[in-house]
Amino acid sequence: MSTATQTAPGDFWEVEPHHHHEGASTSIGFWIYLMSDCLMFAVLFAVFGVLGGSYAAGPGPKDLFDLELVALNTAFLLLSSITYGFAMLAMVKENTRGTLMWLGITLVFGLLFLAVEIYEFQHLIHLGAGPQRSAFLSAFFALVGTHGLHVAFGCLWLVTLMIQIRQRGLIPANRRRLACLSMFWHFLDVIWIGVFTFVYLLGMI
Amino acid sequence: MAVPSDIQTTFLLGRLDWNAIPQDPIVWATGVVVAIGGAGLLWMLHKYRLWSYLWHEWFTTVDHKKIGIMYVVLALVMFVRGFADAIMMRLQQAIAFGGSEGYLNSHHYDQIFSAHGVIMIFFVAMPFVTGLMNYVVPLQIGARDVSFPFLNNLSFWMTVGGAVLVMMSLFVGEFAQTGWLAFPPLSGIGYSPYVGVDYYIWGLQVAGVGTTLSGINLLVTIIKMRAPGMTMMRMPIFTWTSLCTNILIVASFPVLTATLVLLTLDRYVGTNFFTNDLGGNAMMYVNLIWIWGHPEVYILILPLFGVYSEVVATFTGKRLFGYTSMVYATVCITILSYLVWLHHFFTMGSGASVNSFFGITTMIISVPTGAKIFNWLFTMYRSRIRFELPMMWTIAFMLTFVIGGMTGVLLAVPPADFVLHNSLFLVAHFHNVIIGGVLFGLFAAVYYWWPKAFGFRLDPWWGKVSFWFWVVGFWTAFAPLYILGLMGVTRRVRVFDDPSLQIWFVIAAFGAVLIAIGIAAMFIQFGVSIARRDQLRDETGDPWDGRTLEWATSSPPPAYNFAFTPVSHGLDTWWDMKRYGQTRPRAAYVPIHMPRNTGTGVIIAGLSTICGFALVWYIWWLAALAFAGIVVASILHTFNYARDYHIPAEEVRATEDARDRQLASAGV
Amino acid sequence: MTSIEAQGDKHRAERQAEAHGDQHDDGHDHGSVRSYLTGFILSVILTAIPFAIVMAGGFESRFLTAVVVVGMAIVQILVHMVYFLHMNTRSDEGWTMMALIFTVVILVIVLSGSLWVMYNMNTNMMPQMNHEALGLGS
Repeated sequence: MSTATQTAPGDFWEVEPHHHHEGASTSIGFWIYLMSDCLMFAVLFAVFGVLGGSYAAGPGPKDLFDLELVALNTAFLLLSSITYGFAMLAMVKENTRGTLMWLGITLVFGLLFLAVEIYEFQHLIHLGAGPQRSAFLSAFFALVGTHGLHVAFGCLWLVTLMIQIRQRGLIPANRRRLACLSMFWHFLDVIWIGVFTFVYLLGMI
Repeated sequence: MAVPSDIQTTFLLGRLDWNAIPQDPIVWATGVVVAIGGAGLLWMLHKYRLWSYLWHEWFTTVDHKKIGIMYVVLALVMFVRGFADAIMMRLQQAIAFGGSEGYLNSHHYDQIFSAHGVIMIFFVAMPFVTGLMNYVVPLQIGARDVSFPFLNNLSFWMTVGGAVLVMMSLFVGEFAQTGWLAFPPLSGIGYSPYVGVDYYIWGLQVAGVGTTLSGINLLVTIIKMRAPGMTMMRMPIFTWTSLCTNILIVASFPVLTATLVLLTLDRYVGTNFFTNDLGGNAMMYVNLIWIWGHPEVYILILPLFGVYSEVVATFTGKRLFGYTSMVYATVCITILSYLVWLHHFFTMGSGASVNSFFGITTMIISVPTGAKIFNWLFTMYRSRIRFELPMMWTIAFMLTFVIGGMTGVLLAVPPADFVLHNSLFLVAHFHNVIIGGVLFGLFAAVYYWWPKAFGFRLDPWWGKVSFWFWVVGFWTAFAPLYILGLMGVTRRVRVFDDPSLQIWFVIAAFGAVLIAIGIAAMFIQFGVSIARRDQLRDETGDPWDGRTLEWATSSPPPAYNFAFTPVSHGLDTWWDMKRYGQTRPRAAYVPIHMPRNTGTGVIIAGLSTICGFALVWYIWWLAALAFAGIVVASILHTFNYARDYHIPAEEVRATEDARDRQLASAGV
Repeated sequence: MTSIEAQGDKHRAERQAEAHGDQHDDGHDHGSVRSYLTGFILSVILTAIPFAIVMAGGFESRFLTAVVVVGMAIVQILVHMVYFLHMNTRSDEGWTMMALIFTVVILVIVLSGSLWVMYNMNTNMMPQMNHEALGLGS
């Protein structure tokens, strides 16, 4: 080019090898995944909002829901959230044993949550209020069931991660994974707030 | 043949039996040709011992450039299939007059128009656009790869898996006869009892996973891996439009996934989301699918707006006029694309208030689009335009797309839409914007970046043949559809009574033949260019006097893209480098950290495809097994912590020295 | 267990370096016992109140009950965002927050848009079925 005599605003190449910070993209990547997952739930909430009143002369929320059971489940999930938080704190303190212990407790709460939910579903189907009964029940099972599937997946991930931490300790890769699962777990808790509010509580008013 | 009247289900094979093979001479002939061609291809691969090469260098690669090329190859293959559907429809409609039934029965014809739409959108336009972004974006931002190279490979193979399922439906069973969006209740189990809609669902779901993951991947790549100094407002415009496209992908594909899951539940479990009884509401499906569907339109067009911007700036030799306004226009379109979905179903009866709101938002969205057109015009104004092929396609785009845009604004007026809804006018409109906008842009992009990808240019003569047949063919094929639509002819009709309409369909069919010649010319062009590659060689890495960073490296780029990380000091970094006489540094090379190839993506996607196939045919044991396989393979993958390696410094030095010699011989 | 701890020791130095880098790079923070407990207690309160209200039969005005219940839910979601998910405007140069805001905008569009569109559709197209149209537990 003819104007090569102009002074450049600075170097155009980074000659010094710069340290590549591995895994720096993981947390934002996982967060963006959660955001897209959140929009999937948005659709399920929208479907529940539109179809939630279509009982088709079948049972409605007041005939079916047991708020005490829901409160119990909410408690399990909330407790699992804080125990996961303690696992993260143990991780920051480099305490492998503590991390594993708190993860184990979280897993127990997660499984208890699933057990109650399976009981509830089984009970509803037994009453003849299965997902085929009405659009309201289809929407209910789809929304609550999708959340439940997420929790089940989270439990599977939790077990995998516990094995990996036992094998390799709190190496950076495992710490990143713990942080991702932490986001996932708390995210599911946030979705559950929406579920118990819009599905159960508003249904029972 | 229609749907088998009594569908038997066995444990071992589900619904699959000999009746699944279509009893249709056209399908049979196609099957024979595909089988012979496929066998020939396999034999060639075997004879030249290419299996190992393909597996190690391509199938398991995590290199964004190779994955990008594979996406485009997939798109081109599927494009031939989608176009074959198109020309069959045009032929049918041109001859099915005066009591003639044409040559396609309704079962076959309905599958063809459904498959045409599904294939062209999901398996041509989407992979083509994704492939382009994959190839170009990391180079433009000075990165060595995408943020999650393994996910990139997995995304590609999931897309292939979806395509395989859709192609399989041609020979085993049937495809959906519901149109490309499969509206219930037609797509419900009552009206579509056989496998067509199931192929549709699982094909899209498998490919949709790939699309969503690749959207996240490219989004994070652009956010996190830009060269030092490249602030948001210094990003090349194609990277900007890619960013917005991937935001749209991440924020809209979950809606499609969820909606299709609900349709699946209706079909498989007997729920009542979109059924006619027990409180179901089919209109909710239409509402939801268009919440995805409208952003999808912008997912397709935005990256091509970026391509046109790059092409115009390069071939006028000027900085893009109104870069900032271009960025804001793109961001505006991104948000607005979520506020217009109801214009696809004005006639469904939401009433005046809802229709006016969505009509007005639709008209508003043409404002940023118009701003873009003016930016390109002002960039070209008083410049010395080089009419290379990419520029020719850009001009053709501007002339064609503006008309498509104006017919779109016409359709945005609800009362006009009540007249034109579901007519051939609508068909002409969206082909006008998708062919004239997306496809022309993809061709511009192929001609523009081909030298970068392969190290030689494409033969211009055959390119011009292709160009003129395409542009003239497009208008010959679709102008009659505008006229027919205004006369009230609806879409997806197989036979006609009114003989006065026939001439328009004959003209349209002739246009399709012209397009076919254009497509053939393009493939001939690829062949001729490969044969003449030594004359067409690009030694400089910068054949068009480009402006952005992808032209700063060699053609084709080395695996690591850049030996040293480039630094940006403004827009058009490579242009600045040339302006200030900056050359590549030849400092002490260091080993370069790169991700390692893996076959896990192929395995997981293969298992997903099997799972989808098993679900289509109700082979529950196989579906369960394949699903378990997916879970196990994914978990095992997380136990592999050794996912990277270093390219030794000597190898980098050897590559860079070879590049020096090449540049010297080219006299740069 | 000792082997795990030994392994832990081995990596401690580099991990601390990395943890430091993390803080520096993208402003991630993992909270403290205090912040987790604050979040937990607030969540318990914000869960218990709406459950208690509804289980006791709610206020006289159903609308008021719904507003209170939904209001508590929104506050609780914010509590979770701050104390459990550690949302802030610094991490990843603000992209985390940006992604969240964008998602909330789309979420509101999808939810309110669908309800609005479908409500009007049902009123116009199926006036005889109005008693069933749209209503959270009506």
